[in-house]
Amino acid sequence: MWTWFYKLASPPYVYGVAAALTPWLLGTAAICIGYGLVDGLVFAPPDYQQGDAFRIVYVHAPSAWMSLFSYTSMAIAGAIGLIWRIKMGHAVAAASAPIGASFTLVALVTGSLWGRPMWGTYWAWDPRLTSELILLFLYAGVMSLRSAFEDPARGDRAAALLAVVGVVNVPIIHYSVLWWNSLHQGATVAKIGKPAMALSMLWPLLSMLLGFMLFYGAVLCMRLQGEVLNRERQATWVREAIKS
Amino acid sequence: MTADFWYMGGYARFVWPCVGFACAVLAWNLWSARRYHAAARLRAARALAMSAGEQS
Repeated sequence: MWTWFYKLASPPYVYGVAAALTPWLLGTAAICIGYGLVDGLVFAPPDYQQGDAFRIVYVHAPSAWMSLFSYTSMAIAGAIGLIWRIKMGHAVAAASAPIGASFTLVALVTGSLWGRPMWGTYWAWDPRLTSELILLFLYAGVMSLRSAFEDPARGDRAAALLAVVGVVNVPIIHYSVLWWNSLHQGATVAKIGKPAMALSMLWPLLSMLLGFMLFYGAVLCMRLQGEVLNRERQATWVREAIKS
Repeated sequence: MTADFWYMGGYARFVWPCVGFACAVLAWNLWSARRYHAAARLRAARALAMSAGEQS
């Protein structure tokens, strides 16, 4: 049962799987994002309150979801590296950080541009916005900490520790709209029971979310190959891998 | 019809920069990941060439 888990600790296996998965993930991501953008921007009806400004949701919400997903993945991978001392855990965490940071930046910038016509301001020190900004700082901290040590193994451990501690911010971001008074709207899609969104608007959003997840997977695989090569450049299997 | 689409009900100056910025960041992610992988391959190739030189 645990064979697959042990295999994930093997750098050549991880390198091979990442190389094989990349084109498939990238192709399906392009299809999902393409469909989501066309359906969301062209065919979905305008919102009865927000008009066409609501279409920002098709890039804002998937980015915001992915900012949380990739942070959680990074923290889990870091914890695996810390607890079981699996080098590939640290490699996945290192590969995940810049992707997650970029999704967080997109969520903040698009949220700010959406806030101007809806709330009358680009920025407010609202619980959701502030905790998402803290997430961006956490990503920056994790990436800086990793490169701050001369010994890469110490950098990996310090970054993983910060990632694990910082994961407390993930539920705070998610539940901030329920715990405090917030300008930000509550859950729409992940609402218990029926989503508060018409299906003609929901399908392109789900397609964009799936597309962003697949895209994250593709870019993670590409970065992971680089991470593995950087960490294993003296290994004999690398000779065969870079020849192919 | 096309003009209406680009006009976005008066919200074009908010909607299109959002879509453009998101697409630009996705493209940057792809470009930087490819570059990172290519640089790692180059470093690994150099390390292997150096170790082969030392052995011979």
